[in-house]
Amino acid sequence: MKFKIIPILSILFFFIVFAIFFKALQKTSFYTPNINFEKEIPSFSAKIFKMDIEKNSEEIFIGNQFYLINVWASWCVPCREEHNFLMKLKEQKNLKIIGLNYKDKEKNASNFLRELKNPYDQILIDENGTIAIEWGAYGVPESFLIHKRKIIKKIIGPINENLYSEIEGIIQ
Amino acid sequence: MKNIKLILVFIFLCFLNINQSLANEKNLIFKITKNLRCLVCQGQSVHDSDSEFANSLKIVVQKKIDEGMSENEIYEFLKIKFGDWILYDPGLNKKTYILWLLPILLFLIGGAIIIKFFKINKIK
Repeated sequence: MKFKIIPILSILFFFIVFAIFFKALQKTSFYTPNINFEKEIPSFSAKIFKMDIEKNSEEIFIGNQFYLINVWASWCVPCREEHNFLMKLKEQKNLKIIGLNYKDKEKNASNFLRELKNPYDQILIDENGTIAIEWGAYGVPESFLIHKRKIIKKIIGPINENLYSEIEGIIQ
Repeated sequence: MKNIKLILVFIFLCFLNINQSLANEKNLIFKITKNLRCLVCQGQSVHDSDSEFANSLKIVVQKKIDEGMSENEIYEFLKIKFGDWILYDPGLNKKTYILWLLPILLFLIGGAIIIKFFKINKIK
């Protein structure tokens, strides 16, 4: 009986280790943020694009309107892909699109908007990327759908046809 | 003359104190950023990474320290924004208890096996 304990424990140990590694291998090793949540918008202040004024979040997100804050940059290639969808979303009456220009040069950002047109109601400047971190963004493009000062949807990567329809469904 | 000497000693002490607090702050930034995972360049800490995200996060950490936040408060702030994944050294919670408790469990099982083995040998 005593001799049987060691092999039983060894087998048990092997199965536990196997189960842990097997479960871990099924998981992605890349960062996958939680996108289904409702969180309060962060409190911050930012400079307004091409203006010498600074606004804080309380002045930007007001009322019961929907807001879409879009983190973008002229050097970001996927931002060009989603631009058409942002132009289409601009036509929605109960949605205001706020751009957060991420680590960009004013001249390049202006050229980008001149070339592809401006979908934004307001553009905020994030010179050193710290405002994007306050939002929990870690790259460009990223978008956050806001209602009553709460983030109701987080979009990582460019907005595509499906996401466009989803946003349209939410705001209507 | 004596007064001037005293003033010079005072200035020297102030300088030393400032230097010391700057070194402490640098060490704290180093410690925190070493424990933060760069989310865009997996396998590197924020301190070691030169990505846009890591560089911004270094500025945020510096800003939060200047605002008077403690090390744990900074970790909590970043955990709310990015989840536990951002930390290399996650705390004990329902998602990480296996990670923390398994080594202790293995140590106990291993110890029990060794003791058993020696006892059997002794009996023989």
